[in-house]
Amino acid sequence: MPVNFIYPSFEIVRNDTRCTVCGVCVAQCSNGVHRFNDSRSRILSDESQCVNCHRCVATCPERALKIVRSDDCFRDNFNWSQKTIKELYLQAGSGGVLLSSMGNPEEYPTYFDRILLNASQVTNPSIDPLREPMETRVFLGGKPDKIERNPNGSLIINTPVYLPLKIPVMFSAMSYGSISYNAHEALAKASKELGIYYNTGEGGLYKDFYEYGKNTIVQVASGRFGVQTEYFSNAAAIEIKIGQGAKPGIGGHLPGEKVKAAISETRMIPEGTDAISPAPHHDIYSIEDLRQLVFSIKEAVDYKKPVIVKVAAVHNVAAIASGIARSGADIIAIDGYRGGTGAAPTRIRDNVGIPIEPALSSVDMRLREEGIRNRVSLVVAGSVRNSADLVKAIALGADAVYIGTAALLAMGCHLCRSCHSGKCNWGIATQNDKLVSRLHAETAKERLVNLITAWKRELQEMMGGMGINSVEALKGNRLMLRGIGMTEKELEILGIMHAGE
Amino acid sequence: MKKEGEIRILAGCAVAGIISKSGGKINGGEIVKILSVMRDRSNGLGGGFAGYGIYPEYKDYYALHVFYDSRDAKYVFEKLLEESFDIINLSKIPTKKIPEITNEPLIWRYFVYPLPTRLADSQSDEREFVARFVLKTNSEVAGAQIFSSGKNMGVFKAVGYPEDVGRFYLLDEYEGYCFTGHGRYPTNSPGWWGGAHPFALLDYTTVHNGEISSYDTNRQSMEMQGYKCTLKTDTEVITYMVDYLNRKVGLDMSEIAGIFAAPFWKTIEAMPKDRRKVATYLRQTFPSELITGPFSIIVGFTGGVMALNDRLKLRSMIVAEKGDRVYISSEEAAVRMVEPALDSVYSPMGGEAVVIRVNNADAL
Repeated sequence: MPVNFIYPSFEIVRNDTRCTVCGVCVAQCSNGVHRFNDSRSRILSDESQCVNCHRCVATCPERALKIVRSDDCFRDNFNWSQKTIKELYLQAGSGGVLLSSMGNPEEYPTYFDRILLNASQVTNPSIDPLREPMETRVFLGGKPDKIERNPNGSLIINTPVYLPLKIPVMFSAMSYGSISYNAHEALAKASKELGIYYNTGEGGLYKDFYEYGKNTIVQVASGRFGVQTEYFSNAAAIEIKIGQGAKPGIGGHLPGEKVKAAISETRMIPEGTDAISPAPHHDIYSIEDLRQLVFSIKEAVDYKKPVIVKVAAVHNVAAIASGIARSGADIIAIDGYRGGTGAAPTRIRDNVGIPIEPALSSVDMRLREEGIRNRVSLVVAGSVRNSADLVKAIALGADAVYIGTAALLAMGCHLCRSCHSGKCNWGIATQNDKLVSRLHAETAKERLVNLITAWKRELQEMMGGMGINSVEALKGNRLMLRGIGMTEKELEILGIMHAGE
Repeated sequence: MKKEGEIRILAGCAVAGIISKSGGKINGGEIVKILSVMRDRSNGLGGGFAGYGIYPEYKDYYALHVFYDSRDAKYVFEKLLEESFDIINLSKIPTKKIPEITNEPLIWRYFVYPLPTRLADSQSDEREFVARFVLKTNSEVAGAQIFSSGKNMGVFKAVGYPEDVGRFYLLDEYEGYCFTGHGRYPTNSPGWWGGAHPFALLDYTTVHNGEISSYDTNRQSMEMQGYKCTLKTDTEVITYMVDYLNRKVGLDMSEIAGIFAAPFWKTIEAMPKDRRKVATYLRQTFPSELITGPFSIIVGFTGGVMALNDRLKLRSMIVAEKGDRVYISSEEAAVRMVEPALDSVYSPMGGEAVVIRVNNADAL
């Protein structure tokens, strides 16, 4: 039916004077966009399949390709955007829920971009990180309730379990299944080299990765996939995932075609079956149930490993976090609405949850008001895009951040937001062996290490400029922040002053 | 223009201290003389002193020094005071009118002790009872500020150069075993009596030179513990941290120094195992009490002082000895003024705490 026709979003521009018909683009595109003509004298493109992942553009040896936004349009309508109309046609044709990947791309405010940092002038010297120590080490976990002493007066080391981080950045939960073996290997190796942690997501921990256990956070989510003795024994910490910023209130679904042998073994489900994570944990219908799960896990690990509880940033996140802090969790992770995902219902991704900046600030302030901020560490995600976001997040009260999308980008992701198709041309969000082999784990690890090293340097430069030489003194240091172009209410929620004040 | 207390005022300064290790008498005029040499480090917008052992006749009572903006404030405050305390003695603090010091508030002194029934009702100890009263008054009673609240000690401060402040308060008429002093160089401030140093809570006093970049982290941590940072000054928050860590948490002054100016991790890693464990523990347990940015502080308490520089030693400070006396000062020249023939002069390293205690402090 012609009403179902939607003109492709992108146009592929091939420069025929450059194209040598070598066929690299044909071989590289898993979406089947490029094909030879019958006489193999030219390459043709079916733009309707293009997701703009730039694989062909990046691999074309002659730089003969580029992808541009299609200028085909419906009649302009402020209320009915092009996107809205297209989505409506799709749903009218299929009767289905629209699926999307990665974080909320809509035009909502990004508060990090409306916050400016301070620097020292005259009264207080800035500190040069090239000359002076500039410390970025943090510890995640609660603090002791009180100090205790031996009979001779010496301090008893009564620190609760914790995670030490050389840099306050960790790789957030991405399951083996949603991303490839090679991607997982790169994250694990990079974490080890950087002295930080990666997170298995709810996909279990494949046995090859046990050797990175000291840098591994394993997740217990509503599907309980892969939860077994070695899962806990080969982890540095255990994260209970209640929710995710990209799809608060929604479970997960790994299609059966991605559940190949290794993934079936890791998730402990039959090969080829859908892996479905329910929306809630069916043993957690309230906060007291969470406390029971936290302590069940603590019992299982003999109280030797910290427990993280991860929630999506939703409207009453401050009250929720307060409940979690009182439930025995050592660390609370909060995921903002920009957080990524391998697949989420589009309407959920684009409309549910709140930005991480106000969520973080209100949680931090709430826990302080209740005098329980020292019981837990706060880790935030969704989305931290660069070192400036990192600095701002810490100054708004975070102990550390999780990065997912930024880590994927470092490995080669081009943010085409088509992870749910399973045809990732960059070998990241796919289980197709041929595609996975395109991601070289060692190279990807190097790029991750480079990224975090670069952020560390920038973090040090920015701290030094503020006259701060240890990241502890940046935490919650809102006086180092000023808002720009914000309302009084926004400033109040973030706990910061406006530029010029 | 916002007044101090409504906004954060940055300041540079001069600090000094004298203590007699045998608990012998020192005349208050000496600390004034030391500060007068460092006039260039002040700009006339604040000076002050703390003296320890100065009220031997009332040594079992809390000496409250109070500034009032008005008679109304005094009336309100005294009503509150009577509800919670036995007032043993009250008077204006003796001052001398001099042209250099103007616009003074009403300055009163009360020797008090908590009413036993009130103390029992509060389910806290005597010091906690007094500290709560001070914090509550300073944040809630408009126009009244308790600027000194310890036993057998007192703070004297004003807007002016320190030597003038010393003359104004007749400091040479006081004798004690320890004095600290301060000359202030605030930026963008009209100067305010309450904002002068030392800042005090109970017998803890702080004089401070520097601007700490960790201020807001420290402030939020202290506010979570129930302190109200009404002045928004570094000195205020440092004093609260000393009170919290010493009186409430139970850490000693050396341990507190290991938190304020924690050794760098690199240094900690090179320590012998036992010391490493303790240093790591202190840093890890009290990260929000780490102070960054330049500072030299002299913390006074009953029976001693603790002098400390920031970890990079971004502010000058020397320690000198002569006989049983120890001098601490931003500049050596200032100490030479009162004691030309010193036995030793020493510049502590960044982060190296110098804790001087009076022998048999219990007898004080």
